[in-house]
Amino acid sequence: MFSGKVFGALAGAAVLALSAGSAVAQPKDKIKVGFIYVGPVGDHGWSYQHDVGRQAIEKAFPGKVTTTFVESVPEADSERAIEQLARTGHDLIFTTSFGFMEPTLKVAKKYPNIKFEHATGFKRNPNLSTYAAKFHEGRYIIGQIAGKMTKSNTIGYVGAFPIPEVIAGINAFYLGAQSVNPSVKIKIVFANTWYDPAKEGDAAKALLDQGVDMLAQHTDSPAPIQAAEARGKFGFGQASDMERFAPKAQLTAIVDNWSDYYVARAKAILDGTWKSEDVWGGLASNMVVMSPYKNMPDDVKKLAQETEAAIRSGQLNPFKCPIMGQDGKEIECKGQGALSDEQVLGMNFYVKGIEDKIPQ
Amino acid sequence: MRFELTPRTNSPTVMRVFASVAAFLTAFLIAGFVIWLMGRSPIAAFDVYVLQPLSDPWSLQELLVKATPMALIAIGLSYCFRANLWNIGAEGQYVVGAVLGGWLALRTHGTDAGLWVLPLMLLLGIIGGALWGMIPAFLKTRFGVNEILTSLMLVYVAQLILDYLVRGPWRDPKGFNFPQSVTFDPSATLHPILEGGRVHYGAVFAAIAVLVTAIVLGRTLFGYRLKLTGDAPRAARFAGFSSKATTLAVFAISGGLAGLAGISEVSGQIGQLQPSISPGYGFTAITVAFLGRLNPIGILVASLVVALTFIGGESAQIMLKLPLDLTQAFQGILLLCVLAADAMVSYRIRFVTRGGGK
Repeated sequence: MFSGKVFGALAGAAVLALSAGSAVAQPKDKIKVGFIYVGPVGDHGWSYQHDVGRQAIEKAFPGKVTTTFVESVPEADSERAIEQLARTGHDLIFTTSFGFMEPTLKVAKKYPNIKFEHATGFKRNPNLSTYAAKFHEGRYIIGQIAGKMTKSNTIGYVGAFPIPEVIAGINAFYLGAQSVNPSVKIKIVFANTWYDPAKEGDAAKALLDQGVDMLAQHTDSPAPIQAAEARGKFGFGQASDMERFAPKAQLTAIVDNWSDYYVARAKAILDGTWKSEDVWGGLASNMVVMSPYKNMPDDVKKLAQETEAAIRSGQLNPFKCPIMGQDGKEIECKGQGALSDEQVLGMNFYVKGIEDKIPQ
Repeated sequence: MRFELTPRTNSPTVMRVFASVAAFLTAFLIAGFVIWLMGRSPIAAFDVYVLQPLSDPWSLQELLVKATPMALIAIGLSYCFRANLWNIGAEGQYVVGAVLGGWLALRTHGTDAGLWVLPLMLLLGIIGGALWGMIPAFLKTRFGVNEILTSLMLVYVAQLILDYLVRGPWRDPKGFNFPQSVTFDPSATLHPILEGGRVHYGAVFAAIAVLVTAIVLGRTLFGYRLKLTGDAPRAARFAGFSSKATTLAVFAISGGLAGLAGISEVSGQIGQLQPSISPGYGFTAITVAFLGRLNPIGILVASLVVALTFIGGESAQIMLKLPLDLTQAFQGILLLCVLAADAMVSYRIRFVTRGGGK
């Protein structure tokens, strides 16, 4: 489920540009939209938010669109489930985890008249789009909040796997914290799972035992923020608004808002205007949404809102150059005043100040 | 009052077959009742779960694809379980087989290595699985360590080794730091039996394993030795059978077949190494082995039945919007019913009123 948008030419035979739009599409009166989830819809995180998007489609086009989902589909055995959707009359199929990339591509090639959308991958086809969100924008904001509010000057981070998306999230978070508190320290634990409340909770407790008083998470269950709540510390919701699990601890949550995108794509099928694209949305396009800022002093809240507005307007890029690597050397700046998209999408280094090593 | 189980001296084959059928019917009835409680039609569910997948060529093919690794692993496990040895770590042996075989695929990637690559990969898969399986066997025979614990723990070791390799040294250099290897060359790919189909030669290996095992268990001294070691270890010792040699042999066979399943799945289905290469086949195969009552033909049938519940479960989600949990509950109900029926055939149930005693 990690994201990897990659622009431009990529290795791998499968990458075709968006220009290659497939045969002329016809408007349709009634369509079926299918979803493949990697977790249970009840994870209250990643898959849950995709399901919220699915329900938004049903609401937006009553009577015109019916939706279906298959949940907890193992990545190593997903081709059949995807093909089942293709065979049962679905016009548009969303596969919502990185690990579905190759199977989605295979099925897409086999069913050229059906449209596919793969979340967080980088292989496209005339009938296969990719989409992902710039979650690191939200992570910069929560980093600033944590940097301002920490009393122990040590903040904790529960990551899923040391993959580029998570690494970029950690860096954005730490850069945000550093921007308001240059001496802040970060402790990172990888849970090696996207969804396992017990493991995630243990990782969070281990961090809290080491004296962190702010806890960020890049795993999908509410377990880490619940651990923060139980200890009277603070945390940030992941993927969905987790306030109901941690009313006192949640400062804000980075919410994945797929609804707008899903509704737009379903509409494109209805209108016959769907094209293969590569979408990487952030705060500006509402794909990333911050839930209300709570449980914090007014000045911190104001700072967070200002930062959010600055990122939204494009004034501020969390990865604006110069960015220093751990060794203090400047990272080559390949974008316009900031790291290039490719650099962010393939990030495998920590920034200066993080006293940890990326597990290899 | 309490129940007491006393072994039946003889239980005819007819009764055993009847018990199996009764177990399936009972499981369907219970599941149907649950579906009815959920306000859905049990008949429609039966249609989607069972009848449709069995009447459509595409799903029949998918059935074979899904059953292949489970059958291969379960056949191997039946050797262990017959000898009363508990190999719980087939999942790990599957992974090591895939890793060792996959190593050759990556090593020859981009070269014009010829036809020898694939057979050697499969062989390495078998060797990898067998060696990994022999670790718990060795620890048991040499130090008396419980094989249930060691074989299970080695699953996690194997998974973490794979995880390390695909994140580190074996990562696709052009894969933007994502944890996966390059995709295998055609010379390292186990091809589908029919062009354009999805059933690969792993299915043939499974069929061969079933046949060979039926002969070995039924007609050879080795098969007899396993049965004797399992049923009457003392008698086996008196007969001069070495329990150590038996332990090592069955773990090697079991691990080897799991390794073959692993490399077949990776080279025939997935096409590359990635952190997760199995949705738990090694564990599901334990269920399959017992559903099939450790009999090769029974295991073949059981692997198809379990595959059917997976495929039917996906159809039920798509067509009837029935949750996945129901599929998992059904698998559990089925296993319980089969085991209960088995117990009732093998044992007489008596009610004992509390009497004097210890």
